[in-house]
Amino acid sequence: MLKFVIRRVLQMGLALFMLSLLLFAWLRALPGGPVSALLGERGSPEAAADLRRQLGLDQPLPVQYVRFVQRALDGDFGISTGVFRGQPAIDIFLTRLPATVELSIFALAIALTLAIPLGYIAARRRGGVLDTGLVISSLVGVAVPVFFLAFVLKYLFAVRWGLLPPSGYQTAGIDATRVTGFAVLDGILTREWDASWDAFRHLLLPAIALSSIPFAVIFRITRASVLDVMDEDYVRTARAKGLRAPVIRVRHIMRNALIPVITIIGLQVGALLAGAVLTEKVFAFPGIGQALALGFETRDYPVLQVLIMMAAIIYIVVNLLVDIAYALIDPRVRTK
Amino acid sequence: MKNRRVAIAATSAALALVLSSCAESERDDSSGEGDGASGSEDAGGAEASDATFVFGAAGAPTTFDPFYASDGETFRVTRQIFQNLVGIEPGGTEFVPELATEWESSEDGLTWTFQLQDGVTFHDGEPFDAEAVCYNFERWADQNEAGQNPSAAYYYGNDFGFGEDSLYESCTATDEMTAEVVLTRATGKFPGVLSQSSYGISSPAALEEYDANGIEVQGEGFTFPEYATDHPTGTGPFVFDSFDGTSNVTLTRNDDFWGEQAGVQEIIFRIISDETARRQELESGTINGYDLPNPVDWAGLEEAGNQVLIRDPFNILYLALNPVADPQLEDPLIRRALYHAINREELVASQLPDGAEVATQFIPPTVAGYNESIEPYAYDPEAAQDLLEEAGASDLTIDLWYPTEVTRPYMPNPQAIYDAVAADWEAVGVTINPVARPWAGGYIDGTQQSQAPAFFLGWTGDLNSADNFLCAFFCGEDNQFGTSALPFQDELQEGLRAGDAEPDEDARTALYEELNAQIMSEEWLPGLPLSHSPPAIVVGPNVEGLIPSPLTAEDFSTITLSE
Amino acid sequence: MTSYGDTKKARIDALAEAGSLSDDEGVSLWRSAWLRLRKDPVFLIGAAIVTAFVLLAIIAPWIAPHDPAARLLIGEVSRQSNPVPEPRPGFPLGADDRGRDLLSRLIVGSRQTLIVGVLATLGGLIGGLTLGILAGGVGGWVDAAVMRVVDVMLSIPSLLLAFSLAAILEPSQWSVIAAIAIIQVPIFARLLRGSMLSQRHSDHVLAARALGVRPIPIVFRHMLPNAIGPVIVQATLVLAVAIIDAAALSFLGLGNPDDTRPEWGQMLGAAQPYFNSYPHLAFYPAICIVTVALGFTLMGESLREALDPKSRR
Repeated sequence: MLKFVIRRVLQMGLALFMLSLLLFAWLRALPGGPVSALLGERGSPEAAADLRRQLGLDQPLPVQYVRFVQRALDGDFGISTGVFRGQPAIDIFLTRLPATVELSIFALAIALTLAIPLGYIAARRRGGVLDTGLVISSLVGVAVPVFFLAFVLKYLFAVRWGLLPPSGYQTAGIDATRVTGFAVLDGILTREWDASWDAFRHLLLPAIALSSIPFAVIFRITRASVLDVMDEDYVRTARAKGLRAPVIRVRHIMRNALIPVITIIGLQVGALLAGAVLTEKVFAFPGIGQALALGFETRDYPVLQVLIMMAAIIYIVVNLLVDIAYALIDPRVRTK
Repeated sequence: MKNRRVAIAATSAALALVLSSCAESERDDSSGEGDGASGSEDAGGAEASDATFVFGAAGAPTTFDPFYASDGETFRVTRQIFQNLVGIEPGGTEFVPELATEWESSEDGLTWTFQLQDGVTFHDGEPFDAEAVCYNFERWADQNEAGQNPSAAYYYGNDFGFGEDSLYESCTATDEMTAEVVLTRATGKFPGVLSQSSYGISSPAALEEYDANGIEVQGEGFTFPEYATDHPTGTGPFVFDSFDGTSNVTLTRNDDFWGEQAGVQEIIFRIISDETARRQELESGTINGYDLPNPVDWAGLEEAGNQVLIRDPFNILYLALNPVADPQLEDPLIRRALYHAINREELVASQLPDGAEVATQFIPPTVAGYNESIEPYAYDPEAAQDLLEEAGASDLTIDLWYPTEVTRPYMPNPQAIYDAVAADWEAVGVTINPVARPWAGGYIDGTQQSQAPAFFLGWTGDLNSADNFLCAFFCGEDNQFGTSALPFQDELQEGLRAGDAEPDEDARTALYEELNAQIMSEEWLPGLPLSHSPPAIVVGPNVEGLIPSPLTAEDFSTITLSE
Repeated sequence: MTSYGDTKKARIDALAEAGSLSDDEGVSLWRSAWLRLRKDPVFLIGAAIVTAFVLLAIIAPWIAPHDPAARLLIGEVSRQSNPVPEPRPGFPLGADDRGRDLLSRLIVGSRQTLIVGVLATLGGLIGGLTLGILAGGVGGWVDAAVMRVVDVMLSIPSLLLAFSLAAILEPSQWSVIAAIAIIQVPIFARLLRGSMLSQRHSDHVLAARALGVRPIPIVFRHMLPNAIGPVIVQATLVLAVAIIDAAALSFLGLGNPDDTRPEWGQMLGAAQPYFNSYPHLAFYPAICIVTVALGFTLMGESLREALDPKSRR
């Protein structure tokens, strides 16, 4: 087991190193970049050249990369040159991480609480009207562009009916104490219930929009894996033994059917991160996705570099953890 | 399986305990429900002294020290905190006394004497006096290499310059309330330049304590000193309170303000990067206003009871032609033909908001030096075709650049404007190669490095000065119009220099009028001015007292919230 | 399976195996699949939508009432008082912000949408095919090297990768197609490699090898045809994803700026400033995208299920 983990961590390190190289070369191939973003129409060729020199952007790429790594080892991952000028890129990541994590957790929670029961029901009624209907509607969830779904939700619930706030994470000027940076959690911890409720209301719409794809995927996996399990010998045996239906359902079917579901959750982290770029833009939600969207707009190298790298790390680590968990549950994976 | 579940439950319970033990509400009970804009509801009438004004900003301020800024999002905030020696009349562009009550210059225009306002204190309690003014002047001039960079102290670098060639010579406090500033040469823009947001007067004590000049290049960006991030200290009607790093900038009223007290207790600039979201927030009442509403939304916003305040146009959109990028454009006949071919009336009517005007020259009508007598080039496709033929360029092919991923106050919809011009040019037989580049992703680079033969760009004026417009376009050897490839370059540069160096206001205005006529003459015409368009600012139904400024330099202290 | 992110790969690999169990019952697998699909409402709905869409895309220029690029109603457009001309006889859906007939743009847009979807999928397929054949067919260190590259690509969430790619390319139709194609490459590569590996030791490949057939013909004549099932399934699903991703790119301003030949995703992205006041500009292209993406997804999913030997039990 330990060997398995060590090997995987080493591979992860290699992949991340290659990624950092690629990302570095890549972002520097972007046309324009920080100099244009900083100067706008107020620039002049001399000013731009001067700035490029000061920022070290006139150096050869390998030199820039070595300097980048040296600074990174000192914990300096660059300073934003775009919309968050002057802020360290890593700070932008850290201050925005809680918002996106909380949003993702809510989205995942919505997806799971709906998808697993519905997936089970669909599998039990396989081929029926309910099943077909659920399958099709889950696929609609995949077919709707996330940002458009977000926009429609916002238009209906926030603008038309005024039930929920249209954007942001917290009402401006709310008197909320920050502890962890997770707004809902902070409100609970400090017993500032109104602050917690306020953040929850802000989270609801973006979380629903963001949950559409994970919902569809988890629903389909649950349904497929319940179908598989229902045919397994041990379920038939249990039935033959005359065990009561609820016992079979919980102990034999769901428990085994959920194993593939757990593994798929890891993959959904990727969908959530990419979906967050679009959803957070629509809801002006101050998370990592918004910073990424703004980073693309202003060609903010340091911010893009840190955020994409961190997104990859989160994605890889979560999947590593899921795989380890999977290996613990299912010993067959280890031996391969 | 069961044991594991218990373990997880226990861990999370422990975690929650740890977190909550260090989590304590820091809530100040007296403030009650902090519910943003709706907090204004319990405030009665114009004396709504405890009201909060929430403004939807499009982006985060880059710094709170205006000296290192050059963008509107930053200045909107710092203008409320800082005041300048020279102010601007509310709703106009004329210079008026602010921290200086009066000023006069010596005969040669080199020595300027400022009488200062009595009884002013900085937010940190320090007195405002001539020493403080001179400290600011010295601080501006004394920048390290990072600070001198145009992406840091852009305005100072542009207006004064650093080192040997600097316009600034010295500042002396001749008595407690009199400061004497000496310049190295006469210039028409002084002291008007001092009205720009960048020259807000800071408290010397705070500048010193928080290392205001300690800007540094780090990696590929700048880090700002503590003064610029946490301790901006001016004399204005509002005091900097906090910035939470992502969403909200909070200012509170300066109760010791020397002038009229601000109408609201607090301003929150809430950063909402998405335009659609800003409008929706306004409609649901969670913000009280935002800047630059999309003209297509103006009607809808007003129907919903909001006030769309339209500023006088103080900008210009032009189509630049660069003969360095494409030598065909050296021929004045072709430049003229391209101008005659554009139906600017239709462009302005269909793509720009009401109140937009066709431009006849490179400065807007309100700027001194605007030449009323310039005949606009008429829309005349036939004349355009004849001119092209005369130039032997009936089959002219040209790269026409336009930016994507951007809207500017002078250019609300770049692609639609491109479309209109391209259609007009094609109608006279010009073949167009469209080049679309993202604003920060190649457009600015390409147009400034003379790669683009024809492109759209514009300018919003910083102050009422012809030089502020014309020099931004034409000064220097490799300007964006590539005038170095044109025969009148020397004459043009001399005209720009002479206009700026003329100390007498009337004489200067006359010089600029003449220069504008020359630039627009058939032989020169280095580019094609298209339009001036009015940017708007929108506020909710219960906001009173906001005076829109053509320079987008609104003072929020005059605002009160009713209901 | 020897690297992180096994789960994503496991899914791809499972699909690869599923389709290529066929070996000697290749024909019967397809036939039985077809028998099932004929009665599957999910497949039928999907197929109907896709057929209608493809037909529309082919005949679009002839049935569009107007030239989609002609600014016919520009005279009425006023940025402030009438930014978007209303519907009227001859212009049943009205015009866009530049006076161009909206209906014609939607109809003609089907063609460009199909082109972007198909080319992006094809690009991904060809890239994946090359890598997959290299890895699965040659094996050894080539396999290891190719799979490391694939791993790095899979380590970034795919849409994020597409955003980054689109940002470095000069924006055009091709940058959109390239960005979407490239993110599909590792998926197709893994799919094909898995499929080939599982056949390496299958009877017919061993037989061919024993008969002295050289490696390259073995790959193309014996291994590749058996991998075709899962590839078709994946390609159908990718088509839907490509159409949606193109819209996402446009939404972030990374799409194709040239709108003389409209594309639905681009129309949706361009409608952004009008979301508040003229939502119909966004609504029509969005409905088109959703319908077509749903059509391809329904088809792909029912194909997947029909080809999955497990579900035939």
